[in-house]
Amino acid sequence: MSTTIENHYDLAEAMIEIIDRYQAKSTALIMVLQDIQRHYRYLPKEALELVAQKMDLPIAQVFGVATFFRAFSLKPKGKHHICVCTGTACHVRQANVIVDKFQRDLGISPGGTTPDLQYSLETVNCLGACALGPLVTVDDSFYGNMTVPKVDRILGTLRGDGKTGDEQEEAV
Amino acid sequence: MTPARLASPKDLSALRDRLLQQRSSNKTIISVCAGTGCQACGCESVLSALRAKITESGLDSAVEVKATGCPGPCEWGPLMTIHPEKIFYIRVSPRDVDLIVDQTIKSGKVVHKLLYKDPVSGQSVIHEDEVPFFKKQMRLLIGKNNLIDPTAIHDYIGLDGYQSLAKTLTTMAPEEVIAAVKKSGLRGRGGGGYLTGRKWDSCRKAPGTPKYVICNADEGDPGAFMDRSLLEGNPHCVLEGMIIGAYAIGSSEGFIYVRNEYPLAAKNVGIAIQAAREYGLLGADILGSGFSFDIEVSRGGGAFVCGESTALMASLEGKTGEPRAKYIHTVEAGLWDKPSNLNNVETWANVPLIIDKGADWYAGIGTSGSKGTKIFALTGKVNNTGLVEVPMGISLREILYDIGGGVRGNRKFKAVQTGGPSGGTLIVETSERKIHDSMVAHGDLREDEEALSLLDLPVDFDELTKAGSMMGSGGMIVMDDDSCMVDVAQYFLNFLQEESCGKCLPCREGIRKMLAILNRITDGQGVMSDLEELENLSQVIIDTSLCQLGGSAPNPVLSTIRYFRQEYLAHIQEKRCPAGLCKALVSHAITERCTGCHACLKSCPTDAIIGTPKQLYSVIQDKCIQCGACYQICQYDAIRRVKRGEGETLQRQARERWTPKTKPESVPVG
Repeated sequence: MSTTIENHYDLAEAMIEIIDRYQAKSTALIMVLQDIQRHYRYLPKEALELVAQKMDLPIAQVFGVATFFRAFSLKPKGKHHICVCTGTACHVRQANVIVDKFQRDLGISPGGTTPDLQYSLETVNCLGACALGPLVTVDDSFYGNMTVPKVDRILGTLRGDGKTGDEQEEAV
Repeated sequence: MTPARLASPKDLSALRDRLLQQRSSNKTIISVCAGTGCQACGCESVLSALRAKITESGLDSAVEVKATGCPGPCEWGPLMTIHPEKIFYIRVSPRDVDLIVDQTIKSGKVVHKLLYKDPVSGQSVIHEDEVPFFKKQMRLLIGKNNLIDPTAIHDYIGLDGYQSLAKTLTTMAPEEVIAAVKKSGLRGRGGGGYLTGRKWDSCRKAPGTPKYVICNADEGDPGAFMDRSLLEGNPHCVLEGMIIGAYAIGSSEGFIYVRNEYPLAAKNVGIAIQAAREYGLLGADILGSGFSFDIEVSRGGGAFVCGESTALMASLEGKTGEPRAKYIHTVEAGLWDKPSNLNNVETWANVPLIIDKGADWYAGIGTSGSKGTKIFALTGKVNNTGLVEVPMGISLREILYDIGGGVRGNRKFKAVQTGGPSGGTLIVETSERKIHDSMVAHGDLREDEEALSLLDLPVDFDELTKAGSMMGSGGMIVMDDDSCMVDVAQYFLNFLQEESCGKCLPCREGIRKMLAILNRITDGQGVMSDLEELENLSQVIIDTSLCQLGGSAPNPVLSTIRYFRQEYLAHIQEKRCPAGLCKALVSHAITERCTGCHACLKSCPTDAIIGTPKQLYSVIQDKCIQCGACYQICQYDAIRRVKRGEGETLQRQARERWTPKTKPESVPVG
C-alpha cells in the first residue's frame, strides 16, 4: 500500500520529511497537518492516508482532526489567502462591511475559493490585534483599520503584481 | 559571546553583572514595538529604515535599535521609545526616521509632531510615563515589554531574569513555593479565577507520574490579546514561571499550547525555549540543581473550545479537541490520564514576580479576594485602545475614561462587554432610564429603586460576578449607541454555534435553536413569545451542557435581555432596530448635511448612491443592501439609518432643505 502512494505522489518525500521533523509523535499530529496544509494549501486525501500510516494512527483519527479544526481544508485553497477578522472588537467596528465588500468583489463567500484558484476568502474569530479593527490579513501581512476603499487598494495591488508589502504603510 | 551553559545560580548572576557592565548607562536604546499590532501598522519598514540610517550616520556603537514587545497602545503604532530618556513617539513612519536620528539622537531635540497630544488640553507629552494612558496603570507584567528584545535572552537576564528561578532552586523546597503562591492569593487569569496555589498543591499531591505542566496560550476569546502580547514580547518570563511551577509540582515535562492564529507568539516562544536550553535554564540539571524540566510548543488548530482544559489536553494528545466531563479533575487525570496542571499565560507570568518580591508584597496589591494586577484588552469604541494593566479593584470608570480616554467620536457610552463570548456579559450605565426600566421588568429592581452605576464597580473576580458579569480572560469591548445589543447577542451565538464541538446535544442543538430565534428577531419576524423561549432554552443549556463553553453560552443573550429588553421589544413589536444595524429593519438615507464630497458614492459596493459632486447625493433604495459602508465613511454625519421604508421620505425632505455648501461645515477628523 505504501509503495503505491509514494510512487504516485512526488509530494510523498516532502511529507515524510514533515512527519520526521516531529519524530512521528502523536502529539504532533496537528502540527504535521499544519505543515502539510502550508505546503499544499490544503490537505490532500492521500496525504492524510500517508500521515495515518507513518504516524501509526487510525485514519479516522487523522480525518477527525483534519475536519475538526478550522485551520484545515480538504479542498484546495487559493494562492492568496484573504482573512477578515470578525472578532468582537472588529465586529463592533463593522467588519461585516469589509466581508461584504470582499465577497462581492471576489464573487465568493467566506470559506470559498475563486475558480481560478487565485483567492480564498475566510473569516477568523480573532487575530488578537483588536485595537486595530477591522483587521484583515492577506497572506502573512496585516492591514488594520480597514475601510471599503482600502479593500479596493489591496485587491488592486494583488491583481497588479501580486505583492502586498508596500501597502502596509497606508494601513494606519 | 558564545552561549555558555550556566552551571549554577552564581554563573547566572555573573552573566547578569557582565551584561550590565557592558551596557554603558549613556548608550541610547531605541525600542520599536514589533508586536503583531505594530506589525499591522508597518513597524518593520520603520525598523529597517532606522537601522540603515543609524549605520549610515556612523552611530552603530552609540545607539542600539531594538525590536521589542508590545507596550500596549496598539492603535498609536508603530510605537517608539528612546531610552534612557524615555521619549515616546507614536505613529512613526519610515519617513520620520531621518528627523528622529538627526534631531533627537544627534542633537537631543524632541520631534514634536511625533509626540502624543492630549486630546483635551492639546498639550504634547514627551515621556512615556506621563502619557495619561500609562499613568494610572500598574505595569508589573507588560512594563518590561519595550525594554526587551524577545529573541534575546540576554535582555531578559540583564533585567534580573531567571533570578526568581535561581532563588527557588537554591533556597526553597517545593512545598515552600506552593505555600508562597497560595499566600500571594494569585488566581487563574484565564477566566476561572481558581486559586493557583491550591491547584498546584492538588497536582503535587495527586498520585501518578509523570506529571505535566501546561501553559494555555489558546487565547480564543475574541477581543482578548494579553496572552499573545506576553508570549510575543516577554516569553522568558512565562518560561520562568512554568519552570518554577514544575519544580513545585514535581513535573519534568511541560507544554505550551499556542493558538494557530498567533504565529509570532509561537515563533518567539520557540526561540526563547531554544535559548533557555542552551543556557541550561531548561533541560537536564537546571542551573546545576539536579532538577530537570523541558518544554515543548504545540500549535493549536484554530478551535475556540480548545481553550477549555480537557479539550486542550485532548488536542495535545493529537485527537480532536473535544472536552470531557470533569468529575475527575485534570490535576489528577489530565494529559494521557496523568496529573496535569494547566495555567494560563498571564498566570504563569505572575509567578516569577511573586517569588522575587515575596508573597506579602504581592498580596498587598489588589482587593481582599483578588490580588495583583490584571491585564485587560481595551477595544471597541473607545479612544485609547490597547492593553492596560491595572491593579485589581480599580473602577471600570477609571479604566474607561482615565486610561481609555472615553468613548470614541463623542458618542454615547452604552455598554462594556467583558468575559468573552461565553462570559458574554455587559456592564452598563444602569442609572440610565431605559436600562432602569429593563431591569425593573426583569425583576432586578423595584420601580422606585435606583441602581448603582456599574461603572463604579471595583473590577475584581468577585465583584464582577456579584454584578452578574465576569472577569473572563480580560477582554473589554466598549460599545456606543451605534451598537445594537440584539446584534451583539446574535453575533456571540453565531460564534458559539460555529465553535461548538458538537459532542453534547444541549450545546450543539440548543445554541442553534437560540440563534434561529435571534435571526428571526433581527429579520423582523420576531414574536413576543420568543423572549420567553430564549430564556427557557438558556436555562436548559446552562444546566445540561458538558463543558463551560455550552454552560456559559447563553450569557450574552440573558444579559442583553436583562439590561436591554427595550431593544428586543423595538425589534419585535415595532420592527425597528434602534441602532440601525439590523439589515432587514433599516434603510439608509442621505440628509441635508451632505456636502457632495463623493466619498459615499465611492464606498458603495452596489452603486446604489447617485449624485454629482458638490450637490446633494441620494441612495437608490431598491439597490441598497444596507451594508453601512457609506455610513462608516461619511465624515459629515449626513447619512442616517432609519426604520425600513422611511429612507425615501427622509431623502425627499432633505432635497427640499438642502443648500449648496461653500466649504465643509466641520473639519473632518482623522
